[in-house]
Amino acid sequence: MNLPFAIIAGLTVGSAVAAMSLRNMVHCALSLVLTFAGLAGLYLQLNAEFVGFTQILVYVGAVSILIVFAILLTRSTEPKDEPTTVTPWIGIAVAVGAFLTMAAAVLASPVGTRLAAPAPEVSVRTLGQKLMTDYVLPLEVMALLLTAAMLGAVIIAMKDKEDSR
Amino acid sequence: MTPLSGYLLVSALLFCIGLAGALTRRNAIMVLIGIELMLNAANLNFIAFWRFSENPETMTGLMFAVFSIAIAAAEAAVGLALIITIYRHFRTANVDQVEDMKG
Repeated sequence: MNLPFAIIAGLTVGSAVAAMSLRNMVHCALSLVLTFAGLAGLYLQLNAEFVGFTQILVYVGAVSILIVFAILLTRSTEPKDEPTTVTPWIGIAVAVGAFLTMAAAVLASPVGTRLAAPAPEVSVRTLGQKLMTDYVLPLEVMALLLTAAMLGAVIIAMKDKEDSR
Repeated sequence: MTPLSGYLLVSALLFCIGLAGALTRRNAIMVLIGIELMLNAANLNFIAFWRFSENPETMTGLMFAVFSIAIAAAEAAVGLALIITIYRHFRTANVDQVEDMKG
């Protein structure tokens, strides 16, 4: 376990805990940006440069801006001292149980100690060629899905004119 | 070089933090953030297993992660649109106060 991995992993996990536990939701969104950036760092460490930069573009850029906008649009004027959680102990117990199960499985598995092969030669060029040949059908389905999701999001969030409350 | 189990443990930890948040927070946006964290943990698993696989030249895990990021972006857009509509309708974004269909 080397030092850069330990630093990035600690930063990622710590900011994830902050993103899920802080009271002020804007602070949560900012911690989430740090988590996404840390994950991009982990991808870069794993020689997945394209996915790392996609992570920065999509998550650090787009999704976090979307979340901040949603927080601002739904900011309520309710009193600040109301609880932010419901039945916290049950949820935390379920999560801890899930983590212990997964950690036991990972530590018991012989795959876990496997060391990486020498870094593979993966350029964006070969990735693009794969996307246009072997993966062209998933790519087209994805384009259709993104178009449908965009139209759906606009229609769902559109104000209906006749029902003015 | 860090062994595979290091990445898998970080991923499991992220998944469980997201799970705890999605199960306990009242605000619907925080629930969505928890789901995003869980999706990202799954992506980290894809990339880690790809990097430590026998023949990474096939790039299967890499492709899966790229498509998974696109799906997650679409999911976030639709989810936040739904939350904004719910807020407009019920004047609250807390999931425990939206109980019109409660039996």
